[in-house]
Amino acid sequence: MKKQLSYIDSVHREGRIWNLSMVVILLLFPVAVGLLFNAGIDWRGFALGMLSTAPMYWAVGVIETFTYVPMLGAGGSYLAFVTGNITNLKAPAALNALELVGADVKTEEGEVVSTIAIAVSSIVTTLIIVLGVVLITPLTPLLNSPVLAPAFDQILPALFGGLGVVYIARNWKIAVAPVLLMLILFIAIPGLGSYVGILVPVGVLVALGVSRILYRKGRL
Amino acid sequence: MEFSVNHPVLFLIAGIVVLAVLAQSFFFLRKAWRHGKEIGMPMDKLKRIAISTAVFTVAPALAIVISVISLSKKLGIPLPWMRLSVVGAITYETPAAANALSAMGLEWAQITSLTATQYVTVAAVMTMGIMVGIWLVPVVGKKLIGGMINLEKRDKKWGEIFSASLFLGMISAFLGYVFDDFTDIFHGDWKGLIPPLVMLVSACMMGVCALAMKKLKWRWMNDYALPISLLVGMISAIPITAWLG
Repeated sequence: MKKQLSYIDSVHREGRIWNLSMVVILLLFPVAVGLLFNAGIDWRGFALGMLSTAPMYWAVGVIETFTYVPMLGAGGSYLAFVTGNITNLKAPAALNALELVGADVKTEEGEVVSTIAIAVSSIVTTLIIVLGVVLITPLTPLLNSPVLAPAFDQILPALFGGLGVVYIARNWKIAVAPVLLMLILFIAIPGLGSYVGILVPVGVLVALGVSRILYRKGRL
Repeated sequence: MEFSVNHPVLFLIAGIVVLAVLAQSFFFLRKAWRHGKEIGMPMDKLKRIAISTAVFTVAPALAIVISVISLSKKLGIPLPWMRLSVVGAITYETPAAANALSAMGLEWAQITSLTATQYVTVAAVMTMGIMVGIWLVPVVGKKLIGGMINLEKRDKKWGEIFSASLFLGMISAFLGYVFDDFTDIFHGDWKGLIPPLVMLVSACMMGVCALAMKKLKWRWMNDYALPISLLVGMISAIPITAWLG
């Protein structure tokens, strides 16, 4: 008799099928363009380009996988790692939705909430980009206007100000050490901004270490 | 067929990729929505999550459109459209494209047109340079999530603290990031103060929303507090930059 899969098991099975199919679909773009325009790849350029790009971004990809999957849950992770913009959009969207209904991502309800948030965010983003592409001529002067430029330049501070205050206020005992450490690091070492992706797991490890100590001492 | 970075065929191929991404998003949305109803989540709750997330997404999505416009000047519209609808982000796509061009002896700033071979090479580097997450999640995702669920089963309170610590670790890194140019103020350049001030405005706005919920009983505010604080923070960047920039 065929075994009935649990919800989470079916998410993993279908997520694997979707993501591995997406790997093939994404690779088809350069292949299809090459075939249609009868153009081969410049292998030397490709190898050197990969050599200067891949080590850093593959390392970040591995770190992000181990950092964000436990935060986003199963369905949310499969989707977020395909649709991208995890730190500036998908993770905050999931966090906000979980906070909204008071759910934990490790529960079945939390899994559902995180997946819905990331799916809706991906759909809205994709549709807005389509609209932007269709209306690119009238939109370009408006979105590129010097008046609006500072607003779009400051999305991350505006996002993490609102998100940060909620989480820090609720868990200030855990927050103090990683926040102080990151402030010291970023202020003491200018230009560290390009490595923020690598510093996320450092912040996570410090937060986990501190909270474990506090928990064992009965302070949490 | 003569190649151009905005050839209609490229729009068609990019459109197919974008459709596949949309299909995956709708698939998981439907699956989660149906399961939410099965486990007894009220329809109203599910709708609130969807609407609040949709509203919150608009401003960051517009920023991604700006990235598409910015990259399209060099690479045409289809490739940036596809790349930024999938894994990519401007912080990765520009250096990846620039590295590929530089490896072929070209300079990003000087590019006015590309041959089909150069375009294919750039697209291949952009695609393969950031593919790790897409295939690694299927490989390790189940074990990671299973470990988290077991942790929660063994010790519920520690499980909750564990989740909060993960989120706070991420948030702390980005709070630090906001102060990346802060030391510039010691050299008389006050621009380094813009991101911390914008963050402060956004945090204060979140506080105002919380007060409105508590004192005025505006429960609806709970659903829109983050989009409101994000938007107010972004808008505040305009006068703050004019003042300090």
